[in-house]
Amino acid sequence: MSTQPTNKPNDAHDGNGSEYLAFTLGSEEYGIDILKVQEIRGYEAVTRIANAPEFIKGVINLRGIIIPVVDMRIKFNLGTPTYDQFTVVIILNIGGRIMGMVVDSVSDVTTLTPDQIKPAPEMGSAFNSDYLTGLGTVDERMLILIDIDKLMSSSEMGLMDRMAA
Amino acid sequence: MTIDISQFYKVFFDEAEELLAEKERLLLAVDIDSPDPEDLNAIFRTAHSIKGGASTFGLNDMSEVTHVLESLLDRIRKGEMALTSQHVDAFLAAKDILKMQLDGHRNGAEVDQEAVANVRMMLHDLSEGVIVPTHQPTVPSFLHAEQKQQVTEGAHRYKIELPDLAKRDVDALVDELGLLGRVSVVPLEAGRTALIIMTHEGLDDIIAICSFVLDPNDLRIFEAPPLTPEQRAREAAERARIEDEQGYGFFDPADPVDDATTDSSEDELGYGFFQPIEQIRLEVGIVAEVPPPVPAKPEPLEVTEVAAEKKAAKKAAEGGHAQGSESSSIRVSIEKVDQLINLVGELVITQAMIEQRSSGLDPMVHQRLLASVSQLTRNTRDLQEAVMSIRMMPMDFVFSRFPRMVRDLAGKLGKKVDFITNGAATELDKGLIERIVDPLTHLVRNSIDHGIELPAARVAAGKSESGRLFLSAAHQGGNIVIEVADDGGGLNRERILAKAKQNGLPVSDNMSDADVWQLIFAPGFSTAEIVTDVSGRGVGMDVVKRNIQALGGTIDIRSARGFGTTILISLPLTLAILDGMSIRSGEEIYILPLGFVVESLQPARADVKEIHGQGRVVKVRGEYLPLIPLYQMFNIEPRITDPCEGILVILEAEGRKAALFVDELVGQQQVVVKNLEANYRKVAGISGATILGDGGVALILDVGALLRSSRQLSDESVIS
Repeated sequence: MSTQPTNKPNDAHDGNGSEYLAFTLGSEEYGIDILKVQEIRGYEAVTRIANAPEFIKGVINLRGIIIPVVDMRIKFNLGTPTYDQFTVVIILNIGGRIMGMVVDSVSDVTTLTPDQIKPAPEMGSAFNSDYLTGLGTVDERMLILIDIDKLMSSSEMGLMDRMAA
Repeated sequence: MTIDISQFYKVFFDEAEELLAEKERLLLAVDIDSPDPEDLNAIFRTAHSIKGGASTFGLNDMSEVTHVLESLLDRIRKGEMALTSQHVDAFLAAKDILKMQLDGHRNGAEVDQEAVANVRMMLHDLSEGVIVPTHQPTVPSFLHAEQKQQVTEGAHRYKIELPDLAKRDVDALVDELGLLGRVSVVPLEAGRTALIIMTHEGLDDIIAICSFVLDPNDLRIFEAPPLTPEQRAREAAERARIEDEQGYGFFDPADPVDDATTDSSEDELGYGFFQPIEQIRLEVGIVAEVPPPVPAKPEPLEVTEVAAEKKAAKKAAEGGHAQGSESSSIRVSIEKVDQLINLVGELVITQAMIEQRSSGLDPMVHQRLLASVSQLTRNTRDLQEAVMSIRMMPMDFVFSRFPRMVRDLAGKLGKKVDFITNGAATELDKGLIERIVDPLTHLVRNSIDHGIELPAARVAAGKSESGRLFLSAAHQGGNIVIEVADDGGGLNRERILAKAKQNGLPVSDNMSDADVWQLIFAPGFSTAEIVTDVSGRGVGMDVVKRNIQALGGTIDIRSARGFGTTILISLPLTLAILDGMSIRSGEEIYILPLGFVVESLQPARADVKEIHGQGRVVKVRGEYLPLIPLYQMFNIEPRITDPCEGILVILEAEGRKAALFVDELVGQQQVVVKNLEANYRKVAGISGATILGDGGVALILDVGALLRSSRQLSDESVIS
């Protein structure tokens, strides 16, 4: 289990696998721990926040709570940001904080066993390798597995005040 | 069948705390030279109520202290002794001791027994030095009482109410129970009998013995704290007499051990379950003063919160003898209220959505629907106001704790301070009230410590010997403004500047005073050096500022050398809902808290002036106000860049005025404030967010920050 991003007992299906939500950013395919995902929504009008970095699109109303929306495609210069009825927003719940993440598309939920996950090389993705937990192989596909927890709470994203809450 | 009264402890604790605060307030206000009998009575009442409560709950240490206190107060009240400042000091000390004991019972905090003994000694001594009154013959002796308590240490005292039995059976029972402990017989109404037994045996044994003679279900058994034998004998006689008169029996009164040697009327006063009201009045020589907690005879006395709750609690503690309740208030946990407020907030949003969506309908066709919607609007608004008012508390809750602090601190520092409060009835959200206490305490302490000079210095400066400290609260639009003002020495500009330079803060000698004062809020602006004379302020002022800002408030200082310092705190009335004006700039909608809005206008071209390199100003009623273009502040794609085509909203905050330039006014509405930081972080210039009728999000402008940054704007820099 050492290479797994989390040790949560989420392996209901086949004993020692973890489930990942796969999504695409440009031509790359990424995977995040499905347990961090609260829901998947379409893109809706956001309220811009003045003087925020460009990748922070703004805030939306998610059933009465205000959550920030981050466009990963802008943040990592991957793909062309287009916003239409097919644009996907993954709503994440990171340590009790809710946030939205805009990606190109969501493909599926995949179960990866530890032997399907290889350590991440030093290069090859738009993310700082600090936030990579490994590369998952599913048939011919390769998923870049992200520690979304760490990424979203990093100062690089600027989504949280340090020591906030 | 014992009654679990633990749930009532909390009520007692809260109540006692309030009573102590009340007592302190009264003591501080009392005119020593010619005390108002009403005040003395009121002080006596607080002591008395605490004693009653403490006795009921078996908190003997508290009832002991209150007892001496009460005896002394009673004498003063009756004019047998003149009130002196020494008395007041002693009473205040006793209040502190009681508070300590209360905390000890409540949180397990440490109780300094030595201090307790000292205060009791002091009170005792004070009451010694007088002519022995004819009416209240004895001075309580505690050592004596404590010894007696040990005699019956650990024994239970049960009262067993028997049904109508033959005398033979009763006698048999008494004999049997006599083997377990001491038994006495008290006749009840309708030929019934009550047995009082003092025993070390358990209740089960007693019931087992009784069941030889009768059905245990017919028994009514109560447990009471143990009595000393003397008290028991006397009380039994007393009870027999009174129960005959009243026709009903109550749960045994808890007994204050220290009452052993005092007059019995004094005893009864402590819990007063048995005596008819008239009798109590007669004995204590007052009319309608002591709220008699006899539920069967509710008196139209003080139906204050405290009194009502106390009655309710006592009734409940009596084991449900009293049916129904005339309590006029309830205690509710703050979480429940918050939840209610949140729900109402959601309702308000939903209602706004419905209103907005129905506004496009043809009023002829949908007349009835529209009428219903407008009624819903009204009802929602009323509901919201009603719910919000639940949380509101008068500022007095905060103010009342200061007179004592001022008195003590002034005494300690050898200063003379007149403390004046104003607007204590101003209501503020409870959540805010609780969090404003600490910053205010700090400011008040600072004012006395560093602001107000010593009497000699004041006289030398041509001022009155005693300094004046004002504490006031007032509504100002959607805000409450709390002011801490003194007429002391004022801040020392040079000293602050020097200190700031030393700390490496960016300062210049031609900064405005207001900016200089703000320096004392800088973190680490320790006063170690500047406290050396009257001007020094700043111990933890950064913390004060941070706390105030965390509440969505602002803090401002005005000071004039030699004339004193005023600190203004401006807080939102509540953190949850505000009246807002929605404005548009470019394609974006923002909410301006209405409280900051003075007026809106479209300027004439001649009134807008460019100041080279300093941005623009607009002349409004003879005043030149800085013009803040919102689109520039927030990097909004502008539609209108000419102020004469848009709208200027004149804003006022923290004593500053400015004109905010926006494209248009959209409307006015009440908005539910949502926290941005819950899921995101603090955004400069934004105090929160809200949800509009269409479900979209609008950001609420932080007017204070906008105005503060209006100067920076002239340097073409954005707010930070």
